[in-house]
Amino acid sequence: MSAAAVQLDPISRGEVFLAVLRRDVYVTWKELPAFLAQVILQPLFLLFVFGKVLGSLGYTQHGYADLLFPGLLGLTVVLTSIQALAFPLVAEFGWTREIEDRLPAPMPTSYVAAEKVLFAMLRAFVATLIMIPIGYAILGHVPWQWKNVGWFVAALVLGALVGAGIGLLIGTLVQPQRINIVFSLVFTPLLFTGCTQYPWPSLARLRWFQVITAGNPMTYVSEMMRGALTPAVPHIQPWICLVVALGAIILLMTVGVRGFYRRAID
Amino acid sequence: MELVRVEQLVKRYPKAQVNAVDGVSFEIEAGEVFGLLGPNGAGKTTTVGVLTTRVRPTEGHASIDGIDVVADPVGVRAQLAVVPQRSNLDRAISIRDNLVFHAAYHGVPAKVRETRADELLEQFGLADRSSEKPDFFSGGQSQRVMIARALMHRPKVLFLDEPTTGLDPAARLFVWDRLRELRDAGVTLLLTTHDMHEAAALSHRVGIMDRGKLLALDTPEALMRSLAGETTLELAADQPADGTLVDALAALPGVERVEQLQGSPEDGDAFRVRLYLSGDAAPLVAPAAAVLGEQGLALNDVRLGTATLEDVFIDLTGRSLR
Repeated sequence: MSAAAVQLDPISRGEVFLAVLRRDVYVTWKELPAFLAQVILQPLFLLFVFGKVLGSLGYTQHGYADLLFPGLLGLTVVLTSIQALAFPLVAEFGWTREIEDRLPAPMPTSYVAAEKVLFAMLRAFVATLIMIPIGYAILGHVPWQWKNVGWFVAALVLGALVGAGIGLLIGTLVQPQRINIVFSLVFTPLLFTGCTQYPWPSLARLRWFQVITAGNPMTYVSEMMRGALTPAVPHIQPWICLVVALGAIILLMTVGVRGFYRRAID
Repeated sequence: MELVRVEQLVKRYPKAQVNAVDGVSFEIEAGEVFGLLGPNGAGKTTTVGVLTTRVRPTEGHASIDGIDVVADPVGVRAQLAVVPQRSNLDRAISIRDNLVFHAAYHGVPAKVRETRADELLEQFGLADRSSEKPDFFSGGQSQRVMIARALMHRPKVLFLDEPTTGLDPAARLFVWDRLRELRDAGVTLLLTTHDMHEAAALSHRVGIMDRGKLLALDTPEALMRSLAGETTLELAADQPADGTLVDALAALPGVERVEQLQGSPEDGDAFRVRLYLSGDAAPLVAPAAAVLGEQGLALNDVRLGTATLEDVFIDLTGRSLR
């Protein structure tokens, strides 16, 4: 074989980026059942127990499922995005070192981070959109407003970006041996303070908790979903959600990308 | 043609007391195999890290094919491939996919990467395992996959960080054979190693590093010649002796330098010296024994040897490589 150096055709950075993205999609496709189980089970059970079981037994008011469903979409898009980014990144920087094969690829280091973000978002979109037919199957109907589809898409994209930002932060700051404890410490509070199971304005009766939930960026994703799908339920104005979510994304991404550079280059 | 250039390179990590790399300069010609030899912590991996854009230099310059690593890291990345110390294979996909995707990251066209992957898997004795994931591969097998992967995009320079550390002797010889093939095919290699045999067996030129500094740089032969002699004669005797005896040995014809070694009286050699010679060692055994006899010492051990890179390292640093 002739392994002598041969001048390659110049390759565009975009092509390299797409090749790395294609690898991630390829791996997910090969593990599709595992991926679906991983992302669907939690919202599925939440929807089933809170939306169907408790309602059937008369413990929740009529209409609670409609209130819960948009919140669950918000939860799914944010949490899936976090998981899709943080878990692999901690492993790749920590023990598998797989990222070392992508960092020397001929594209800027920021593209490697951007690919991670985009891929996490794609996974989050798939997981969230699947919840719609599942909602139909479990509840018999789901709240939907075609006139608000723009807000729904905005909530989807912003939710995925919020999750990716948190994932990038966890993925670059957390040591591999601490990932389990970080997940318990981060996931559980995120899950229950993100206004998934209750609309934010209704917390006025529980003021201190309302203040806490206002600090969780997921709250604004859930509320935006509510504004889009169930506008009759009291919710934070979508444009406020938009501004706060954008601010959170800018902050999370700035710190996350900086962390990524610190891990990638000594 | 000069392919790799390192000028007065300094790397100081935050909070570190000393520089990890401390003013290193060298050049590598196209087609050359360049070995960086030194103990762990000498700064070899950091030097490679700068050249492969994973470590930002504190001072100095480094470039590959005229492209500066700081000014245009993306341009530099397109020129090189890295085989790291520890496996970083993609565990989610088969080893063949590892090769194919790596080539895709470097813009090799789809058809080319398929045929090239098959060729390389064959050449590295991996064809029958091409569909397996790398999870259960041994160190030697992973190393072979990583070298094959690195060759997928035909890099101008291939960096190998401790390519055979931790491998069993057979796996090591296999890797050496593959690296010799690459050398003969004209691939430019930079390898780091703390194994002087490896440096001497594979490299056209060897740079000896210790504590961040490049202490010597030449062909292995020239480095060994730089020690007083090419061959050595080691003698041990049953009783301790003083400097007069050392002087007498040094006066023998062909002896360029005498080094008194630590004797071990419990083994019966209270006195041990190594003579560095300009010619063959054998003819000197009898005259040396006679000198010992004149001083009333009985010769009880003789070892003939040639100087090694390890001797060069000891000569430069006063310490052994490990």
